[in-house]
Amino acid sequence: MGQMDTLQKSSTSATKKKMRITGSEAVILSLLEEGVDTIFGYPGGAIMPIYDSLYHYQDKINHLLVRHEQGAAHAAQGYARVTGDVGVCFATSGPGATNLMTGIADAQIDSTPIVCITGQVPAHLLGTDAFQESDVLGISMPVTKWNFQITNPDEIPGAVARAFYIARTGRPGPVLLDITKNAQFGELDFEYTPCEKIRSYHPYPPVNTTDIKDAARVINSAEKPYILVGHGVLISGAEKEVLELSEKANIPVASTLLGLSAFPPDHPNYVGYLGMHGNYAPNVLTNECDVLIAVGMRFDDRVTGDINQYAVKAKVIHIEIDPSEIDKIIKTEVGINADAKQALERLNPKIEKADHKAWIEEFRKLEKIEYDKVVKRDIYPEGEQIKMGEVVRMLSEISNGEAIVVTDVGQHQMVASRYYKFRKPNHIVTSGGLGTMGFALPAAMGSQIGKRDEKVIAIAGDGGFQMTLQELGTIAQYNIPVKIVVLNNNFLGMVRQWQQLFFEKRYSFTEMTNPDFIKIVDGYGIPSKRVSERKDLQSAMQEMYDHDGPYFLEVTVEMEENVFPMVPSGDSVSNIRLE
Amino acid sequence: MTDIYQDSTGQMIEKQYTISILTEDKPGLLNTVTIVFTRRKLNIEMINVSASEVEGVSRYTIVLTTTKNQVEKVVKQIRKHVDVLGAFVYEEDEIHYQEIALYKVPTEIFIGGVEVEKIVRANNARILVIEKDYIVIEKTGHKDETSALFDKLKKYGVLEFVRSGRVSISKSKRKTEHFLEELEKSTTHSLNNNGTVN
Repeated sequence: MGQMDTLQKSSTSATKKKMRITGSEAVILSLLEEGVDTIFGYPGGAIMPIYDSLYHYQDKINHLLVRHEQGAAHAAQGYARVTGDVGVCFATSGPGATNLMTGIADAQIDSTPIVCITGQVPAHLLGTDAFQESDVLGISMPVTKWNFQITNPDEIPGAVARAFYIARTGRPGPVLLDITKNAQFGELDFEYTPCEKIRSYHPYPPVNTTDIKDAARVINSAEKPYILVGHGVLISGAEKEVLELSEKANIPVASTLLGLSAFPPDHPNYVGYLGMHGNYAPNVLTNECDVLIAVGMRFDDRVTGDINQYAVKAKVIHIEIDPSEIDKIIKTEVGINADAKQALERLNPKIEKADHKAWIEEFRKLEKIEYDKVVKRDIYPEGEQIKMGEVVRMLSEISNGEAIVVTDVGQHQMVASRYYKFRKPNHIVTSGGLGTMGFALPAAMGSQIGKRDEKVIAIAGDGGFQMTLQELGTIAQYNIPVKIVVLNNNFLGMVRQWQQLFFEKRYSFTEMTNPDFIKIVDGYGIPSKRVSERKDLQSAMQEMYDHDGPYFLEVTVEMEENVFPMVPSGDSVSNIRLE
Repeated sequence: MTDIYQDSTGQMIEKQYTISILTEDKPGLLNTVTIVFTRRKLNIEMINVSASEVEGVSRYTIVLTTTKNQVEKVVKQIRKHVDVLGAFVYEEDEIHYQEIALYKVPTEIFIGGVEVEKIVRANNARILVIEKDYIVIEKTGHKDETSALFDKLKKYGVLEFVRSGRVSISKSKRKTEHFLEELEKSTTHSLNNNGTVN
């Protein structure tokens, strides 16, 4: 939906006037033409002309100075994920550009539209090992949807137009433009035309009528159909269409990690969250369904477990915009290579009403087992120490499941995904494919800038928080009102859990001696509180939630808590362990 | 559900495949294409990049030995790169192909006998250059043919040997120009506000 708004925005604002300006000013004007109003960045030698031009446009563009370029990339990702628009970040050449790469790789694997602009040494120094020169094009090639080096100012408007078009269309992704310093200083006759077509790039494959017929036939004859929703549903804005399909034929729906918030969690057809630490029923019953309808997801190994023991009885229908994902992991009966919304709009009218009550009941039975063995103990624990699950449950209750939740990576991420009830689409921002620790704080910052009127909660562990905690500086400088919850167990918890379960408790370098986080946060002037006892938790959390401005809450949680259920790595989803 | 990494007989059969790719003629694309192989640790046996019959369009011919499954996935991932116009995979019997080999041998091996001359004739090779010290022999053919000539010349002393990558042409009647026209005409570039293709 966001992508369509942007498309329209850009196509109506095409300027026809020509002006003689510098390349660096052309960069800024081109961004304005694309509707950019926010940039996350960090200046340096090779990008100084662009920053100098930006200085004159501060009334039109809000630039946030991050504390590390990785933070700029993650912030742009957060911004993109909650708004559906393209996130933009700036960095200088060499180390500035290489520091962006983690965020770019994360955006690539999680289909997030960002445009990264990096400065580069002057063209005549390319390849000479000049100061702060690195082969940014070569380095970023495997992790970008498209990249391009600009050595001539005349190339700027066309390249920026192409960059935005590629980043936001089809399966979105990161684009990098590397601009040499001479191209920034040089002049051009500026004229901007948005990109609307590239002959070698077909982002929206037309829906094939035969595929739709085949899929409808398979679904209409199914006894135990099962829908899996992924990130693609959110990207294409197909939430309503998935709901319609599910309700029409009474089909249970499960979600991948990045698909969370695409389907209402309180709906009677919603059966939970898939994957290694997902819910019991949706994992186990994957091997009972006879038709699997996968929408906008890519059968990640964390979802499938052992693919030879996955969906063993099912005919698979895969609706996916990226043709290279179809039959990549799971052999399909019907592959529908199209935008999820377009495909479902064509498919739904052909679906017959059906009743699969008994089948959905099977999920409910297993759900009860999971609740008794795992969930209850996680969210209403009786032991002395605070558990991650109860923190997330309280957050979900306090915010009514309507906050934007940005997680880091590890145990707390799985717990947040399991127990937060995401009631609004695009309200989970998490690093799924790449599993990037340090993601939460900068991504939350970007999410908050993208959605200023919403509550944004960053949840991180003590390990991941320390990977990017310098962004507290950015949060303080611009008074970005994110709420930061650190669940501190003084361990790299997920690795420790694996060491306990699969490496006979050899805790090899997972225990952490942490600093006094409250003192650190205090140094940035951000209000904070530490909670170690259950009786203080609810009120502290409410205080944080109601606080006007950024707030940091550290919760001391049980040190050696494990996240269950768990599908052991490489095992079948049927062998999911409850304890 | 059958294992996607195996073929229908349940075995992983490796074969030689020829991949033909049409791209925009732009710098950096060769790297973009080869990265797809590197990621999967696939070894490219031969690669040739040249102009196609259409101006501004390059044709890549890549030969490698792998399974059908693997090669199909690789081709899909190549195809999705922005400046790639098309990518096609062929088995041996679906293409006409050729390679060229050059053999630099000492001039003296031709003197005082007819053996080398006979070999050149029998193998349908030709003399490309004659210099005082060396002679360059040229032979076009499939790898087994150019290798056979190398083996025969080896005992006389080969100073240098080089074989080109494969160039191939498919047996289908499709014309590249038509293929590109179809691409140009294709209207699946954007969604309008109704979410339908315009």
